[in-house]
Amino acid sequence: MRLTQGTFSFLPDLTDTQIKAQVEYCLAKGWAVSIEYTDDPHPRNTYWEMYGNPMFDLKDAAGVMTEVNACRKAFPNHYVKLNAFDSTHGWEALRLSFIVNRPKVEPGFELRREEGAGRIQRYSTRSYATARPEGERYS
Amino acid sequence: MNDALTIDLEALSQEAGLPALLAELDGSLVGLAPVKTRIREIAALLVVDRARRQVGLSASAPSLHMSFTGNPGTGKTTVALRMAEILHRLGYCRKGHLVAVTRDDLVGQFIGHTAPKTKEVVKRAMGGVLFIDEAYYLYRPENERDYGMEAIEILLQVMENQRDDLVVIVAGYKDRMDTFFKANPGLSSRIAHHIDFPDYAPEELLAISDLMLGGMQYRLSPGAREALVEYIEIRRTRPHFANARSIRNALDRARLRQANRLFASRSGPVAPDALMTIEAEDLRASRVFADNAREPDLRGYGGTP
Repeated sequence: MRLTQGTFSFLPDLTDTQIKAQVEYCLAKGWAVSIEYTDDPHPRNTYWEMYGNPMFDLKDAAGVMTEVNACRKAFPNHYVKLNAFDSTHGWEALRLSFIVNRPKVEPGFELRREEGAGRIQRYSTRSYATARPEGERYS
Repeated sequence: MNDALTIDLEALSQEAGLPALLAELDGSLVGLAPVKTRIREIAALLVVDRARRQVGLSASAPSLHMSFTGNPGTGKTTVALRMAEILHRLGYCRKGHLVAVTRDDLVGQFIGHTAPKTKEVVKRAMGGVLFIDEAYYLYRPENERDYGMEAIEILLQVMENQRDDLVVIVAGYKDRMDTFFKANPGLSSRIAHHIDFPDYAPEELLAISDLMLGGMQYRLSPGAREALVEYIEIRRTRPHFANARSIRNALDRARLRQANRLFASRSGPVAPDALMTIEAEDLRASRVFADNAREPDLRGYGGTP
């Protein structure tokens, strides 16, 4: 099952040229771009690992692309996403976030049903991949 | 190849805005013939490359890394600032910004600190020009555990692999840069343009002071101009002469004296013309003249370092 998260979740994966164009847009807006990776892609897991520091004061997307490729090389079977943070007063939030790398095989999520008191039905999801310890998932 | 297909180079050059750029360069930079020649060559290559592409010949981006060497005050930093803009207008730089750094910005304090620091700077410079002032400080042969070498290695890698993304300009005094390059032949060979900045001739220094004064909206009285010509003659033979920088300092001190002179005679009204004009006495009060006449300077101001 193909995981979708973030700004372009309804689109097919962006090509490098398209990623570069998005980064150029972010930099033109003055947002700081950062890279994060994880192998626990549960939708409620919002805290991914940071790959390097957020990149402030960049003028050109080439610097970000160098880091993206370095991260892909270091974590070829992890999910990698780009975040763009807007620090202007009133926003102080992520304005853009999308996945730039995904594992070759994505086993998807299990839907668990739990019977509660009074026949109430509780649901939870769990990635099949997270059965194995961190770093061995998706390998 | 179709021989009937001809390209109008003049039209291409007009289209790229080259004549205006080169004229502006001539107007705002005095002397510096080697620099201007090199910029002209790079500009010509741009036009020829565009023409080549139009007729289907291959045209790869040239290596543009540069090394500026020369005595103090010959305009290395000034030209580097302009170079970013020039390369941007020629289309060799995507963004045309300049990131000026020295050893402190590249080399870290402890093991493992240098690489991230250098990479960070390189990332910031991408799409523009990375200007490393006094680059010879990067290499310190007297300390074999110095981290400068690590920064140089990262720079070499970037200069080779990401030639399209950034232009590296290193600058420094001639003799020290020569020893620096001798110790780092890899760096020297990756720099395509070694440009030597010559010292300025007296008349060029005079032209520079005119440009400086024009920028500050001052002007010289005829007597002051004579004094300045004499001043340049004497100052050139003195120790610690730093070309245009010495001239700028001299003019700054003349401004101080002019202000003091106007302030001392503040009883009457003052015309805008008087506010703009530097008189001969403002320049002649300089210690350079006094020392030259072997007279002690008792006024206590107007010193030259």
